[in-house]
Amino acid sequence: MTSQGNTALKTTQDAPQSDIAVSVRNVSKIYGGAIHALNDMTLDFPRGQLTSLLGPSGCGKTTLLKIIGGLLDQTSGEILVNGKPVDGPGPDRAFVFQDFALMPWATVIRNVAFGLELRGIAKSEREAVAEKYIAAVGLSGFEKQYPHELSGGMRQRVGLARALSVNADVLLLDEPFSAVDEQTRRKFQEDLLALVEHEKKTFIFVTHSIEEAVYVSDQIALLLARPSRVSEIIKPDIDRSISPDALRRDPVYLDTVERIWSSLRSYVE
Amino acid sequence: MKLFGYKLPMMSSLLIWAVLWEIVGQLDMTILLPPLSAILAKMVEIVPTNSFLSAFGVTARAFLVGTGFAVAIGIPVGVLMGKSVLIDRLLLPWVNMFLSAPLTALVPVLMVLFGIGEQTVIITTALFAIWIIVLDTRAGVKQISSSLVEMAHSFGASSFQAFFKIYIWAALPEILAGVRIGFIRAVKGVIIGQLLVSVVGFGRLFELYSANFLMEHFWALLLVLFFAAFTLAEGLGYLERKVDYYAASRAP
Ligand SMILES: Nc1ncnc2c1ncn2[C@@H]1O[C@H](COP(=O)(O)OP(=O)(O)OP(=O)(O)O)[C@@H](O)[C@H]1O
Ligand SMILES: [Mg+2]
Repeated sequence: MTSQGNTALKTTQDAPQSDIAVSVRNVSKIYGGAIHALNDMTLDFPRGQLTSLLGPSGCGKTTLLKIIGGLLDQTSGEILVNGKPVDGPGPDRAFVFQDFALMPWATVIRNVAFGLELRGIAKSEREAVAEKYIAAVGLSGFEKQYPHELSGGMRQRVGLARALSVNADVLLLDEPFSAVDEQTRRKFQEDLLALVEHEKKTFIFVTHSIEEAVYVSDQIALLLARPSRVSEIIKPDIDRSISPDALRRDPVYLDTVERIWSSLRSYVE
Repeated sequence: MKLFGYKLPMMSSLLIWAVLWEIVGQLDMTILLPPLSAILAKMVEIVPTNSFLSAFGVTARAFLVGTGFAVAIGIPVGVLMGKSVLIDRLLLPWVNMFLSAPLTALVPVLMVLFGIGEQTVIITTALFAIWIIVLDTRAGVKQISSSLVEMAHSFGASSFQAFFKIYIWAALPEILAGVRIGFIRAVKGVIIGQLLVSVVGFGRLFELYSANFLMEHFWALLLVLFFAAFTLAEGLGYLERKVDYYAASRAP
């Protein structure tokens, strides 16, 4: 879990296995000709790491994530995923939604396997994959339940398993834990760290919480509103081998939280 | 059913009216209203006859084909209107107009266009049913949370897949409500169509019975029709209640 500090490495068409998984190049987004949500943003997301987008409400975090996901078109600029320009959603990226976005009429296993169902994978095969990720997020035994029978935290685990089961390189998570309670949230954060370590995927994670960002991230992009831009990139240099509770009292952790807070405050004031 | 302080089942009011009907009928006050018992006896008598069965067949076929068209066209159009503001703007005034228009007045025009026959009846039936199906489907689609649609899109759903795997399921409670009301309207549509065209099915029987003052026959046929419509509505109502559980849990 060391940040490699190679963001300067150039991504080119013929080097898809570069260390940059997602590259945002001079991206602007103007809604309805008037609202400048993103303004000439440039940002790299190192492969296999978790990068958080942190910033005040309305600074364009969701907008950026949706553009990377291909759900929204940028007004100008370019997004490269593995060196290839993004044009719409693709199998190399998977989304986790803030409000879970589960199909209430489908069981847990069908929800988890939905991405594979859309690709026309045979039922037995896709359910075997879904089964694996249901177990990975700790929901074994709930396969035949419906979303309304689950708690908020469990629903988001379904959303996570669904995104994992399509085996995308890049996972896009828009405030995935904001709708769950604090205890569940902490457990989630720990599980997320384990996932980043095991799954070797690139995570792009939107959050409002400074503590959460510092706790889970290899790299934090601080975004500021009006005009929206990256103000700072912070790489929390935290020793993750210590226990979660010790970590939350770790001086480096606390210092980083404090540093981000003062950074944001100076802009708020 | 129990009386005097006990809870009465839902249908008990019907029983009171049935008794009242029987009394008025037995009093022989008007030729228009024979006793209910005589009507029921007549019903048992005419239902197995060939003329009834063939009329039933013709009517059922026109009904099924007409409502089939209404569903097959109405649901996709409703989904499109719910999805696209442009299509909605274009079509909504027409849908609203036809929903409240006296469609009966259109039947003679349809007769000119499609001839005096089954085709006109089918189209009349479809016209009676389709507008409420469109409108309810549209309402159902409008309340689908946008993240569910984005989800399907982000996992690579084609428009076709989104329609069959997301839209119609997410809007199912509203769609079923529209189909139920549409089917009840279609019962009216098929009879009005047949009455005005007056050469086929139940419409022809109605015409025959009322022209000859065969009131027992007339009421017997009406009751058969009422039971058919009632069974249909109850069946769809049952399906509606089955999907109720998620109608509540869909909120964005
Ligand atoms: N569809 C839209 N049409 C017009 N303006 C929009 C639209 N979506 C977002 N905006 C505007 O763009 C700006 C950025 O929105 P965005 O949702 O990306 O912010 P955010 O950082 O995700 O905020 P939050 O932390 O509250 O989720 C906001 O000012 C918002 O009002
Ligand atoms: Mg947001």
